[in-house]
Amino acid sequence: MSTAAPRVRIRGGVGESVERPDSAPKVKGEFQYGSDLRREGMLYGATVRSPHPHARILGIDTATAKKMSGVKAVITSAELPTRALFGLMKPDQPVLASGKVRYVGEPVAIVAAETAEEARLAARAISVRYEALAPITDPVAALQPDALKLHQKGNVIEDVLVEHGDPDATADVVVEAEYELGMQDQAALGPEAGLAIPRQDGGVDLHIATQWLHEDLRQIAPCLGLPESKVHLVLAGVGGAFGAREDVTLQIHTCLLALATKRPVRMTYGREESFYGHVHRHPAKLWYSHGAKKDGELVFVRATIVLDGGAYASSSPAVVANAACFGAGPYRVPNARIHAVGAYTNNPPTGAMRGFGAVQSCFAYESQMDRLAAALNIDPVELRERNALRNGDPIITNQPVEGSAPVADVIRRCADVAMPPGEIPHDPIALPGGLGNLTHGEGVRRGVGYAAGMKNVCYSHGFDDFSTARVRLARDARGPIAHVHTAAAEVGQGIVTVCAQIARTELGIERVEVDRPDTTIGSSGSSSASRQTWMTGGAVLAACREVKAELLARAQKLGRSPDELGALLDEPIDRTVTHRHRDTEARDATTQNQGHVAFLFAAHRAVVDVDVDTGLVKVVQIATAQDVGKAINPVAVVGQIEGGIAQGLGLAVMEEVQLRDGLVRNASFMDYLLPTTLDMPPVVTELIEHPHPDGPYGAKGVGEPPTISSTPAIVAAIRAATGKELNRVPVRPDDIVFGTPYRSGWRIGPGDDPRRAVRA
Amino acid sequence: MRIKLTVNGEEREAEAADHESLLTVLRESLSLAGSKNACEQGECGSCSVLMDGDLVCACLVLGAAAAGRNVQTVESLSDGEQLHPVQRAFVEAGAVQCGFCTPGLIVATYALLKRNPEPSDQEVREALSGNICRCTGYGKILEAVDRASGAMYRR
Repeated sequence: MSTAAPRVRIRGGVGESVERPDSAPKVKGEFQYGSDLRREGMLYGATVRSPHPHARILGIDTATAKKMSGVKAVITSAELPTRALFGLMKPDQPVLASGKVRYVGEPVAIVAAETAEEARLAARAISVRYEALAPITDPVAALQPDALKLHQKGNVIEDVLVEHGDPDATADVVVEAEYELGMQDQAALGPEAGLAIPRQDGGVDLHIATQWLHEDLRQIAPCLGLPESKVHLVLAGVGGAFGAREDVTLQIHTCLLALATKRPVRMTYGREESFYGHVHRHPAKLWYSHGAKKDGELVFVRATIVLDGGAYASSSPAVVANAACFGAGPYRVPNARIHAVGAYTNNPPTGAMRGFGAVQSCFAYESQMDRLAAALNIDPVELRERNALRNGDPIITNQPVEGSAPVADVIRRCADVAMPPGEIPHDPIALPGGLGNLTHGEGVRRGVGYAAGMKNVCYSHGFDDFSTARVRLARDARGPIAHVHTAAAEVGQGIVTVCAQIARTELGIERVEVDRPDTTIGSSGSSSASRQTWMTGGAVLAACREVKAELLARAQKLGRSPDELGALLDEPIDRTVTHRHRDTEARDATTQNQGHVAFLFAAHRAVVDVDVDTGLVKVVQIATAQDVGKAINPVAVVGQIEGGIAQGLGLAVMEEVQLRDGLVRNASFMDYLLPTTLDMPPVVTELIEHPHPDGPYGAKGVGEPPTISSTPAIVAAIRAATGKELNRVPVRPDDIVFGTPYRSGWRIGPGDDPRRAVRA
Repeated sequence: MRIKLTVNGEEREAEAADHESLLTVLRESLSLAGSKNACEQGECGSCSVLMDGDLVCACLVLGAAAAGRNVQTVESLSDGEQLHPVQRAFVEAGAVQCGFCTPGLIVATYALLKRNPEPSDQEVREALSGNICRCTGYGKILEAVDRASGAMYRR
């Protein structure tokens, strides 16, 4: 794809910090999110959920609920139009539980009523009799040969082996340790919400806050017993996503209730229900071994990674593959064996969250790099620079990094950012504990930590990943105007601005409108995998080039200049283009092939103050360098980077969905802690723009790398301040005060099959 | 019960069940959906409104308790297409991503700058610490508050 500079300088084009077209309605409170939608005669839906992590359903009594005031429909698995299952990668999830429930919060029945309150009361009046079964909540236990099978085919969702070079190579210096990550919640502020409206033809329109309209459609239609042509999706305003809206939540339920009542139905989850309603980030247990020569050159990485997939598969197969493929990080590693397995358990299902598998392994391999640096007595930055991937170097899947691999540059420029003032502050508000006024600084120690990370952009391993864009150039009373239509979900990331910028630059006009995404056009794929700029940006670029070619043809025919747009648009020009990235290869037995499109790299440096008496942490500054290829909208790029770092900070020191026997103990923002203005430090960002030949204007994806290596950088800084091992995130105050390291309770040789684990 | 209250300068009447919050009254009965429903327990500030000039989470105020009070929501700040300087600053600074937290932050910033026209960075952080944003990491929001302060008081 061309990286040529635009010929005409147009305001609001590529490379300029452009205001979002949706920001004015958003600041005025006029932007309609899914939960704001209303229709005349609308009913409200509610969901009955399992209180058990694992149980047999003995009976469901809906008689009382059906007779209650305002109730228009009650649906259990017995009333479903089909027995179809749904699921993002494996159809393994029932629309409503039948026979068995496999996690706390699994939907068992749904209700529609005249008011939200009536729906809630009716849902509460539905009586479900259960026979509780023993839950499996440790994913390693779930993988053992004698474990009870939670699904017919057993408890392995996915098993990925990466073997590279000599996997059993030996080295001068070896460091070995185990690590754990807790379950993180995406915590998008906008709750799950949708409005389904029955159609005259027996079909249904669904206005839905989602990341991927067409994938929702593919899963919804068969569960309604309808052809896809009778289900029409329109994107409602999306209040953040971060992976949580990649899976179907209330989509099918809302449509079922609308079809059953022949009335519009809106469903909205409250915050507590949202915690049960969507998938979370996979908790992970990792066993790592790194070997290096005395001079610091990496010789091998061996690792076993177990990801807790929870009760249903969701996107676990791809998350497991990512954890394995990027399990050695952005370094030259000639020999590797990474064995990653995703397990079914009776914990809440896990799936996509920003960073998608790369987050989990990065925490472990970056902790290992620091361990190795200490063992070798080499500066941690120098060790990383020395081993950094260069252009053309293969990663451990034997795929060379092409286009751009400025890893050493990213690491060095991050490390070179000016440090914050060296003094530990006197103002108690600026100290750990902040407004709690817990210290005057006597136990406060400062630490600095570094980390680098990598991830793929776009979908990998042979997936047919494409995006469709329609560009229509016309003339109205005010002159030329372009309409851009795609199905790409604007979830906050700013693809709506990027599409408009590309159209402005390519067509040389400022009046560009981006239409509401829906399923009347082909798929744009998901707003995930940092892929929309690359894919939908690329599709808009290609469609604009076709429009320009037609302009040129008309100009030649009429003997005019192609710049005289007004004279060439007696008839509008309308082009729809489907854009695909280059082919990738499906995984083979040892994952040694061209599985990915391209790679993203970032580095982070954290400066923290830690109160060793209370175990509280104040992050003082984050410095980052990230290779973005080309910043199409710099202000939005920085916004993505700062926001991604906030989520990485959350995982480092506060965010965890706390589980006990499959129960979520903190399903609220009171108890699930999120970073606030008092937690987030200033972020200093170095943008590196090494254009990638395949991305539009050289742009790569931006969204995920900030969330990948920020977490291990912060933990490294806390280790530097405290000297504690800290092999688990989020780091809790107790971990700092008492310093007891996490132990999995399993003995596994790094790289070994976790199905042969032995209890320690 | 039927309550009377002043909302954005207008006398309004609304039905409010005993247990219903001011947020529900605003969103469902008065069709003012600008105040958002993100946590509904006073932790995130997305529903921030002014009640008799004080910043409150509308989800923590009983509808009935708002009877006779003067409530100001995000919808009151702009004058048609003309954005309030606080709103303008959020747009210009790139402080809006998904935007779900934005109305609450706009109201909280408006309240802060009325009380303290030129707050320090620490004062801004403290004043907005009850408003959670999951998208931006707050950097652009802090910049927007500074811009708004400048536009309103320093020009």
